[in-house]
This record gives sequence, structure tokens and C-alpha cells, in this order.
Amino acid sequence: MKRTHFLAGAAALVASAALPSLAAAQVQVGAIEILTGPAAAYGIAIKAGLDLALAEVNAKGVLGGQKIVLTVEDSAGNKDQAINAARKLIGRDKAVIIIGPTLSNEMFAVGPVTNERKVPTVGTSTTAAGITEMGPYIFRTSLPESDVVPVTFKKAQARGVKTIALMYANDDAFSKSGFDVMKAAAEKLGLKILTIETFGSKDTDFAAQLTKIKALKPDAIGISALVEPVSGVVLQARQLGIGKETLLLGGNGANSPKLGDIAGAAADGMLVGSPWFIAKPDAVNTKFVADFKAKYGKDPDQFAAQAYDTMKIVAQAIDRAGAADSEKITAALGKTDFSGVMGPFKFTAGRDPASSEGVVVLEMRGGKFAIAQ
Amino acid sequence: MLAQQLINGVLLGSTYALFALGFTLMFGVLKVVNLTYGFYFSAGAFFALHLTKQWGWPIAAALPAAAAASGVLAVVLDWLLLTRLRRINAPELSSLMVTLGAVLALYAGMTTWLGPDIRRLPAGVLGGEALVLGELRITQAQILILLATAVLVGGLLALMRLTPIGLALRAMAEKPDAAGLMGIDTAKLAALVSLVCGALAGAGGVLIGLNFNAIQPYMGEAMMLRGFVVIIIGGLGDVRGALIAGLLLGVVETLTAGYIDSGLKEAVAFIMLVAVLWTRPSGLFGRAHIQRA
Repeated sequence: MKRTHFLAGAAALVASAALPSLAAAQVQVGAIEILTGPAAAYGIAIKAGLDLALAEVNAKGVLGGQKIVLTVEDSAGNKDQAINAARKLIGRDKAVIIIGPTLSNEMFAVGPVTNERKVPTVGTSTTAAGITEMGPYIFRTSLPESDVVPVTFKKAQARGVKTIALMYANDDAFSKSGFDVMKAAAEKLGLKILTIETFGSKDTDFAAQLTKIKALKPDAIGISALVEPVSGVVLQARQLGIGKETLLLGGNGANSPKLGDIAGAAADGMLVGSPWFIAKPDAVNTKFVADFKAKYGKDPDQFAAQAYDTMKIVAQAIDRAGAADSEKITAALGKTDFSGVMGPFKFTAGRDPASSEGVVVLEMRGGKFAIAQ
Repeated sequence: MLAQQLINGVLLGSTYALFALGFTLMFGVLKVVNLTYGFYFSAGAFFALHLTKQWGWPIAAALPAAAAASGVLAVVLDWLLLTRLRRINAPELSSLMVTLGAVLALYAGMTTWLGPDIRRLPAGVLGGEALVLGELRITQAQILILLATAVLVGGLLALMRLTPIGLALRAMAEKPDAAGLMGIDTAKLAALVSLVCGALAGAGGVLIGLNFNAIQPYMGEAMMLRGFVVIIIGGLGDVRGALIAGLLLGVVETLTAGYIDSGLKEAVAFIMLVAVLWTRPSGLFGRAHIQRA
């Protein structure tokens, strides 16, 4: 017994002498995502994107061969749980940077905490207005809806839309902020807003609102909500006899293959703007899609794509910072110059994505997205 | 537009009533606020999903099978969770807490197992085309819900009022101990009530899933709050009250959203609840409990 201990100890000594940095050769990165509960689909997609990029990053390592250890905490879509997760990641895991949380709602709760602790926090899916204004440590890689939605609305106007009805989920920051953007875009383009209707993000019945909208005969209906309620609205709109002559316009939430899975052909003709599209033909993107399919057996969505790029942006920032130090990483993040599956990427001085040139307007056809003509 | 809104309201209301039927019965006879009820609703929808999607059953066979399976599930869970509490005559709060804990665990387990995605029954199980009468539109799923609600309410009322089992159930609802002394096998009856209520919840899950195309593990939880409002407004344990309160709630919600402000749709249910509790604490159709020495 004693002998083996001694031998094991000696072996460890030799090993550590040979590889002096082995014990410290890890960089702690935290992530807060929704892994359980009704909105878990987003967090699970994001985690898949992060893990895929992490495997590539760790093949080479950062800071001269150190491995990144990613700890993903579950927020369950709950603000309090998200704050606890942030405290745990910073206090227990000594994370030098945090990715997430999933929803804008949660980011508004977590941002002040991490900003105060001076730990850089990078949202991959938080598109509401005002996120990065919380402080100098709050970044996001997701294009805010204010960059995406106007492109969609312009396309609708080009197709002859003059009047519009707007609908949104009024119990969720993401949907509300998407609605604000839609309203601003419609006003800027001179579209006449006939009515504004709200619903709850867990509602399944929208018949009352849609019946009212149908009677007003708008050229288009803009819907700002997560994909599940959007699909429900679309299905019910068709049931109530709102036909293809009314153009349906979706925000960022509608930009998920699940729209086709749930609503099927009912969603045909719907226009949705997207910062990313699975069929974008460039080499980086096709490799990402193929690798993702090989690893998880299904197609990636926008959330996985944004997460994939973000993990790489974070890894490069750590590398350029020269040390696993939150302050240096924050400075390095600001100087990001990256090209990934979403296209070329830089941060503005306000820590938002700098360019919206990658936005594509998609149209649902036969339950699937295609690039709109 | 008013006619379509009234139809919308009646349809929404019948989904509330359909959901609340078993819930109110469970409450009325077993005197247990059984929060696992919402889970049988989700389970029923998933059973039907599996039967129609994987095994290709027609909905006419899948619906009763899913209802039966949910009923059996309810009997098993009731036996596991509440038998002991009944034996030691635990206070009502204990059963509330036990079923709350259990239902959260069940939802989480189901989400882990099946995933959080929203699914729908295969599009072909029921004709998707709506029936068009002038300006009015009503889908086959909605007609099925209306029929099912009518048949189930009628059946339950007949069971309660016209059969010996109904008499025993009413006796048990009144005074379980006395019913036991009169030779009624209360344990067996409790299992029967669980079976019927679970089956009602399961059938409701299938039909409502069919109508709203939104089957996911937490769907029962979303209905639970409305279910509470309906059974409290209708009077605890009152089948007829659940029907009327459900329809009333659906119509009022729809008219509020259609003519006042859709933002108030959610609030209106709870305003009604408070108003009813102020004026008639035992519900619109409930009779006040009189305790005699």
C-alpha cells in the first residue's frame, strides 16, 4: 500500500516537473443557459453550439496550449436562478468570462451583477434594446432586432404592403422589445398601423385578437414573440380564414426551423429576417453545419450558430489578452476582428455587433425557410 | 365579427370546462387539491401523440386509449402519493404539498425524457379545413371539443345523479367516514374517482392539443391556473358549475380581448375570481357548508 502511494507520488512529481503548467493549464469559462423548462430548446441549442466550438478550440488550446473548461449552469428561464448561476460561476468556478444568459429578461437581471464584479459577459441570443447599456463589461454577439427587423419590413413594403397590424407577447422583454422595433420600423417606412394586440407567451388561444385583426383587413401582420406562440398565432390565423393575401412578418423569435415543424404549411409565405441562414454557401458555414449534424444528428439553428461563433470570439479574446484575466479579456474583446458562420464580426464602441450586412430575409415555403426573392 | 367572437369564446370556454371537469370531481369527492391533475392532461396528449405518430392509430382509437392510460396513471400516482396521507388523516395542506412536489418532479422528468419541444398531432388525423358558414369558421377539432364536453358533462351528471355508484360518491363527498360505516368501500371508490378524473384529464389533453397544436410537457401547468378559477367560480365539486363557469370565463376573456384590450385578457379571469369570492364564497353554484354540532 505504502509502496504504491510512494510510486504514485513520485510519478506525479516527475509528471509535474516535465509539464510545469499542467495543474494551472485551464481557463475557466462560464455559461448560463436555459436547460430545463418550457424555453429549454434555446439553451440546449446554444449549449450544443458552444460545445462544438469548444472541441475545436481545445484541440489547439489557448494561451499556448491551455484548455478552456466550460461550465454551463441552468437558469431554467428564471431571473433569480440566473443571478445565482452567475454568482456561482464567479465565486465557485472562478470563471474569467461568462457567456449568456439565454433570454434578454435574464440578461437584464444578470448584467448588473457581473458588471459590478467586472467579469465580461457576452450574450449570444439577447436581442432586446438596452442590453449593452448596462455597463462596460456587457457585450453581445447577437444582432439586435433593430438591425434585422427593418430589413424584413422593407422587403414587405417592396411587395406592396401599406397597412399593418402588430401582435406581441406582453409578458416577455424579448417580445416587447421586438415589438418596439417593429413599431418604429413601420412608422419609419410610413406603414399605417391599424391595431396593436397582445397575448401571453404561454397562451395557446389567439382567436379573439385574430378575429379583430381579420375584420380590419391589414396588408400584413407583424408578430413579435418566441417561436412557439408565433407558430400558434400563424396556425390559428389560417384557421380563422386569414389567407395568403395577408403577409405575415416575423421577428427574431420566428427565426427557427421549429416554425415549420409546428405550423407546417400554414406558415408558408411568412417573411423572417435572419442574421444567419443554414444554407449560406460559404465554406466556414457549410463546415459548421456538417460538423453539427455529425455530432448531434440534427440541423443547427441560429442560436447554435451564434453560440458557435461566440465561443470562438471568446477563445480568441482570451488568447489575445495573454492571460486568464477578466480585465484584459474585456479589453481584448473590444478589439475583436473575427470572421465566422455569421459573417465578418466586430464590436461597436457600445459593445454591440458592428455590421448588419449579413442579414438575409427568409420566406417560408412548404414548411421550410428559403431565401426570399 | 361579434358572432365569430362569441364562437371563439364558447370554444375557449369549453376547453376550460373540459379541463376543469375531472379537477372539480377530484376535489369534490376526494377532498384533495390534487395538483398532479395537470400532469394527466399532458400525459394524455403525449399518449395520443405516440399512438397516432409511432403506431399510426386513427384518432378515434387513440383518444379513448390515451384517456384510459391517463386514468390508470392517475390511479397509480394517487395510490403512491396519497394512500398514506389518507390513512393517517393528514391535513389538506399535506396533500397539496405532496402533489405540488410530485407534479414538479413529473414535469421535469417528462421534459428530460421527451424534450421541451412543442409538438402537434400528425396533421392528417383530423381534417384541417374549417367549416365555413358565411363569415363564421369553425374547425373539426373545435366541433369535437364541443361534442366531447357536452357528452362528458351529460355522462358525469347521469353517473352522479342516477346510478348507485353516484349515490355512493355523493355520500363519500359528504362524509367519507360515515360512508365507510354504511358499507361503502371508500378506498375502491377513491381509485374509481382517480381513474375517471385521470381519463377526463387525458381526454382533455388530447382534444385541446389537437385544437391548439401545442403539445408539450408543461401544457398541463398552463391550464392549471384557469382550472382553479373555473372550479372556484363554479363551486368546488360541481360538474354543472364547472361547465357554466368555464363557458362564462371563455366568453368574457374573448370579448375583453376583442373589444376592450387584449392586454386585459389574462386579468379578467382573476378579477372574476375575486369578485365571485367576495360575493359568493362557495362559488356561483356551490352550497355553503353548514357545520352542525
